[in-house]
Amino acid sequence: MTLSTTVLLLIVLAPLAGAVVAGLFRNLIGRAASAGVTIVGVAVSCALSLLVFYQLVWGGATTYNQNIYTWFEVGPISAHIGFLVDRLTAMMMAVVTFVSLMVHIYTIGYMADDKGFSRFFSHIALFTFSMLMLVMSNNFLQLFVGWELVGLVSYLLIGFWFDRPSAVYASLKAFIVNRVGDFGFILGIAGALYWFGSLDYASVFAAAKAPDAANRTVEIFAGHPWSVATIVCLCLFVGAMGKSAQAPLHVWLPDSMEGPTPISALIHAATMVTAGIFMVARMSPLYELSETALSFVLFIGATTALFTGLIGIVQNDIKRVVAYSTLSQLGYMTVALGVSAYAGGVYHLMTHAFFKALLFLGAGSVIIAMHHDQDMRRMGGLAKYMPITCITMWLGSLALVAAPGFSGFYSKDAIIEAVAESHRAFAGYAWFCVMAGVFVTSLYSFRLLYMTFHGKERFVVEHGGHGHGHHHHEPGHLEHPPRESPWVVTVPLMLLAIPSVVIGWSTVGPALFGGWFGDSIQVLPRNDVLGELAHSFHGPLAAVLHGFTQAPFWIALAGFVVATWIWLYRPAIADHAAKALRPLYNMLVNKYWVDDLYRVLFIGGGQALGRGLWKAGDTAVIDGAIDGSSALVDRTAGVVRWVQSGYLYHYAFAMILGLILLLGGLWWTLAHAVA
Amino acid sequence: MITLAHYLTLGAVLFCIAVAGIFINRKNVIILLMSIELMLLAVNTNFIAFSRFLGDVSGQVFVFFILTVAAAESAIGLAILVVLFRNRATINVTRIDDLKG
Repeated sequence: MTLSTTVLLLIVLAPLAGAVVAGLFRNLIGRAASAGVTIVGVAVSCALSLLVFYQLVWGGATTYNQNIYTWFEVGPISAHIGFLVDRLTAMMMAVVTFVSLMVHIYTIGYMADDKGFSRFFSHIALFTFSMLMLVMSNNFLQLFVGWELVGLVSYLLIGFWFDRPSAVYASLKAFIVNRVGDFGFILGIAGALYWFGSLDYASVFAAAKAPDAANRTVEIFAGHPWSVATIVCLCLFVGAMGKSAQAPLHVWLPDSMEGPTPISALIHAATMVTAGIFMVARMSPLYELSETALSFVLFIGATTALFTGLIGIVQNDIKRVVAYSTLSQLGYMTVALGVSAYAGGVYHLMTHAFFKALLFLGAGSVIIAMHHDQDMRRMGGLAKYMPITCITMWLGSLALVAAPGFSGFYSKDAIIEAVAESHRAFAGYAWFCVMAGVFVTSLYSFRLLYMTFHGKERFVVEHGGHGHGHHHHEPGHLEHPPRESPWVVTVPLMLLAIPSVVIGWSTVGPALFGGWFGDSIQVLPRNDVLGELAHSFHGPLAAVLHGFTQAPFWIALAGFVVATWIWLYRPAIADHAAKALRPLYNMLVNKYWVDDLYRVLFIGGGQALGRGLWKAGDTAVIDGAIDGSSALVDRTAGVVRWVQSGYLYHYAFAMILGLILLLGGLWWTLAHAVA
Repeated sequence: MITLAHYLTLGAVLFCIAVAGIFINRKNVIILLMSIELMLLAVNTNFIAFSRFLGDVSGQVFVFFILTVAAAESAIGLAILVVLFRNRATINVTRIDDLKG
């Protein structure tokens, strides 16, 4: 049985149709219809994606790999639009469309009062289309197109409230930082095309299977032979670092929280930022050729996992805490890729998509209740006002900190154990980082829950209607007690909480250890750390019981105890600690000064370069030459104009003088000619 | 005995007086016109002198043409002068410098 091309096309085009209708005709059809048409489009896409998933996993369908449309042909290179749908793709499609559908529904509630309501729906449906193009691609060029499209939509949505300077700044920052990564990415694509002779995944992977593929070298600088596979993989990974916000290209993701919360959940937690992880997993046949590239991936991932998580502890903006948590979890996924546990990375991607989308949407629900105030220092004790949000966020956080049995437990535990098994360079460093990361994750997760939902209320409810609107309030002053959000907000929370809790339990066996991904992910036998782990895996229940005896559980528990003690019972300790550890605290609050460094180095450097070219090149040389020649003409003319006195007798005198000179000259010439 | 040289000298002197009249005159345009007339007369004197000296009448015929043209020119010149005076309320040469660059 093969998959139907029509169905696959419908999956991709339904959200696009919704986006076009909602985008171009939004004034014609109105707000409700704009939301309706995009939701229908994404719902169709989601249902068909689940159908494809079912057919591939249980229906015995074979991998679909076909070109559908020839974009262009240049000499031997041909660019196609085509789909490669195997289990890896099907899983991504299901996750993307499901989370997207949840976010669409949620948006009805979150953006209800916003005047950009229809535009927002158009953008997120366009995003769904772009992301599907990215994951379903069967060639590098279409991957790149999808890659750029999601980047564009991300830019549009971060800057959605374009009348806020901070949002405009953040959207530009995201776009420019991603350009840095994309530069590496397109170099990697060019390298793959140059050395493997094709843009098509299947051809490139077949070429990579050749016995000598790992030993091919190229001398970019004479006398320094470099492995082809290493160059291609490193360049591609630079792209992944940009898109998946790995250090040192992570700076754009926290700022992207300027966008509306639904897109933080969809784009900057669940789907787009995981494109880099997906891409590396998809390229596993290439990455397996290069030990160097994988070590680099491991190092970057481990660094991101620990150090961005640490920043999360000192943030007070509820969304920023979740954003730094996302960075840290992306680091975990990258670590998994770095130790060749691609399935582990992708598996964590999936579980993370559910619980992180849940956490973001939950944070959004809190923000609605607080009238778009995001500062946790003005929250507290919200549990009794909004029980559904509180419970679902607890579930999401438990999944995030890898409480045994929850989905995050299976994926994160597998990553940690895979790192322990690995003998790659930096594996020891990575092991330390992911272990410390467990404690950090636990600390900031429970800190968020306690500061938001528990403890004493740090906001004031003002009674008595003064007839003033929501936005003229002082921070921390509410017109009425916080309320639970409407059902369009809470239903997606509940629907996302279900997979956050159970998806690990039900899928861990086949997905991680059962070779579920088949040929989509290829690992060399000597790198197969997950294969090693499979020997000690005896079902999900045994894994939970085993989990209670392992270090990560106790480390997470320690984080829970510390967080409970500090932020539930002794909030003063946090302030004392901040004072006592002033240098450390400053370092975290300033995000290791990375932003400041970039501001001085790149923004300052760019401005200095521009100013230099302006002063020296433009003003001095170009303007000097042009203004100088005009000034010369002006000055000469200024002298010569005195000849034109305007007096008639001067002209007459000149005429007579001229006549005399002429005649004199003539006479003189004739006289000499005769002589 | 009055020779050709006397006539030519007289013509040259008249011409120089006319040129000086044009340059030195700072007062009014009428003197300019008069100087131009004087120049033409100087030329006429030369024509007649040479005509007589060479025994060729065509030089004298030429003088009549010049006198005719000079009369017409004086008429037009005075007409322009009248218009100029109406417009500028002056005929002072130093005040007429619209061509100044």
